[in-house]
Amino acid sequence: MTPPSGETVLRLADITVRFGPVTANEGVSLTLRRGEVVALLGENGAGKTTLMNVLFGLYAADEGTVELFGQPLPPGNPRAALEAGVGMVHQHFALAENLTVLDNITLGTRSLWSPGAGRRAARAKVEGLATEYGLRVDPDATVASLGVGQRQRVEILKALYRDARILILDEPTAVLTPQESLDLFATLRKAVAKGLSILFISHKLHEVEAVSDRVVVLRQGRVVAEAATADTTRTEMARLMVGAEIATPEPRPALPGAARVTLRDVSTPARGTATGLRGVSMSLRAGLITGLVGVSGNGQSALAGLLAGLERPSAGEMEIRGAPSGPWTPRAAIAAGIGRIPEDRHGSGTVGDFDLAENAMLELYARPPFSRGGWIDRKAARAWAERVIDRYDVRCPGPEAPIRLLSGGNMQKLILGRVMETSPEVILANQPVRGLDIGALTYVHEQLLAARDRGAAVLLISEDLDEVISLSDVIHAISEGRLSPPFARGTMTPAELGEWMTGARFDDAA
Amino acid sequence: MTELLEILLSASFWAAAIRIASPLIFAAMGELICERAGVLNLGIEGIMVVGAFAGWMAVYSGLGLWPGVGVALLSGMAFGLLHATLTVPFGLSQHVVGLGITLLATSATYYAYRLALPQVTTPPKIDAFDPYAIPILSDLPLIGPALFTQTPLTYAAFATAALVAFVLFRTPLGLALRACGENPAAVAAQGLPVTGLRMGAVIVGSGLMAVGGAFLTMSAFDSFFFEMVNGRGWICIALVVFGAWRPGKTLLGAILFAAFDALQIRLQQTPLGAALPYQAFLAAPYILSILALVVMSRRAQVPAALMVPFRKGER
Repeated sequence: MTPPSGETVLRLADITVRFGPVTANEGVSLTLRRGEVVALLGENGAGKTTLMNVLFGLYAADEGTVELFGQPLPPGNPRAALEAGVGMVHQHFALAENLTVLDNITLGTRSLWSPGAGRRAARAKVEGLATEYGLRVDPDATVASLGVGQRQRVEILKALYRDARILILDEPTAVLTPQESLDLFATLRKAVAKGLSILFISHKLHEVEAVSDRVVVLRQGRVVAEAATADTTRTEMARLMVGAEIATPEPRPALPGAARVTLRDVSTPARGTATGLRGVSMSLRAGLITGLVGVSGNGQSALAGLLAGLERPSAGEMEIRGAPSGPWTPRAAIAAGIGRIPEDRHGSGTVGDFDLAENAMLELYARPPFSRGGWIDRKAARAWAERVIDRYDVRCPGPEAPIRLLSGGNMQKLILGRVMETSPEVILANQPVRGLDIGALTYVHEQLLAARDRGAAVLLISEDLDEVISLSDVIHAISEGRLSPPFARGTMTPAELGEWMTGARFDDAA
Repeated sequence: MTELLEILLSASFWAAAIRIASPLIFAAMGELICERAGVLNLGIEGIMVVGAFAGWMAVYSGLGLWPGVGVALLSGMAFGLLHATLTVPFGLSQHVVGLGITLLATSATYYAYRLALPQVTTPPKIDAFDPYAIPILSDLPLIGPALFTQTPLTYAAFATAALVAFVLFRTPLGLALRACGENPAAVAAQGLPVTGLRMGAVIVGSGLMAVGGAFLTMSAFDSFFFEMVNGRGWICIALVVFGAWRPGKTLLGAILFAAFDALQIRLQQTPLGAALPYQAFLAAPYILSILALVVMSRRAQVPAALMVPFRKGER
């Protein structure tokens, strides 16, 4: 894209935000011009979200000013930012799932005391915008029935409906398929062509390279670099973000061994809106990382649940080391040597109010040395937790601290550590790096590779195609509960995998 | 069997059902508003007691009937304000606060009653609402005497249900309230006051609950007894679930329950009544309600943020 030379629509000057002793932003200045896409790069904790919340009026800055279209923005008032034309698409969508698309879009756009909802006019406007920007979505569908990509469209429509002139997108592609990401970029280009300005928060460097005109890198609350995208490189950006060179894990040759888990035509029932498995066959072999790609909600959780012992096959056979799995429960899965890194580390991975020691022995508490004659041995638990904390670099106040105080990255390191320390034969890694910054992410990936080299069979489930492609020795795609054949490393392009993910390549595809 | 059919086809049976349903409609609409905004209001039982007493006492002290309804409304709103303050800005457990409000409201009523009437053994009577036959409509066969020869407060109950449905589903205010019960963060992100909306819903909802209570002393009967609310509040909570949080279905649920209740009274007077202990008849509407609840509410869409306190800045 050509660097635009429009007038300045947004100017952040010397923004400083403190939370008690912690300084989240320090003297951050940033400008955005009409028709420009600026990428804001930074690791978790670099202060991106805080900055966005200041800009959107959710937080008041301790120092500094926000100017929108030449007017100062009164701090701490989201309404003012909205009315000044700022639209924000959060990473976690701010949508009410049981309401319709139209209701979600119009929420708050009319005075609360006006007697009617003005639905007809609203619908016409939404449909007009949808056509104009290529954001196809049914206004009468409930949000709960929409996929993630469509929900994002609703969020963007919401902003456009409010006549936003500035769009802030927080990690917009984190949840999209490659095709959906391309659609999003097309929409953004249309928006920019119409004179909107976009602030794009991401840590996916190739996307930043593809869509932005200018990059601003944030580290530890400060702007450490600012450059025209054309004048910089990915390596340079990554280095600036982390403050050090990043070693990408070297793909070491795999030494595949025997099948540890084998599924033959396994099906599982659908649970509510979650898809079940439909005749899935696969094997997880020792010394291999098997990657699973797919759009969220296509049966990944069913497969993960099956391996974790939470789900049983309703048809087909499941074998553990060549023998039938027997009565299959979470405890049986643990006994079979399956180490589990669950998708939701807050919900099913840890118990927030339990301390680190308790969380570290969550799967082991019933056996020695943690439990003797029916009594918990706190000393053994503590020693175990200290070992995990020490070896896996969990930054925490100590084994007695409640785990909810930990950052996502450190929580994940504890889960990883408690799994790895038991030397599992199979590792189920479901979204192991979701929400982690590059430092923690690299660490988790290194550990998974090390486990593979040690001879563990690893199943890596992720919505991040790049992550799966770079780590996996074998890849399956999943779509509506069906599994593609295995593809060896390097035999598939992201686009081809994308086609499998949408279901277009399956035999029974229409 | 013919006796049952005879009962079901009589206007007086349906008139009774509508009368029994009226307080349930008021109170269930109140509860529905609270829950749609994300607050479970278990204070309903006690607030109905307060309303029953306050309305009756106001009329006994010389106020007119409609001002009496106004007093009942305000008394409910006062307890609603207390409930809302504790559950919304302070984010306390809605179960604990609700049950606390029920206990407080019931005992405060008892106290006020004793202060006002220290010597009385039989509570005095008031001139309650009289039935008003709506011209023309009341001449219709069967539904005329059943639906259109009721007291004004019954008509008000149906009007309230219609108004609640309209506001919730046809106005921006209603949309904002429902969104508060689904995802308050989305409401706050639009710069709308979640706390204000939820508190308003609880206060108005509690007011309606109190009017439901007042119906008992000012329309169904003409005096005040402590046992008269008798679990109707809890029934209303079930009715809201039964109605899948929709005003129309909730209204139908109230009429259905009331019809069961009216039916059991009449069945007690048939030969069957002699054969079975009367407690079995008293229990019948509740048992049937539970069965209906089980069948109807299996796919009900619970407001996603029901009972989830909202604190700004937290996910």
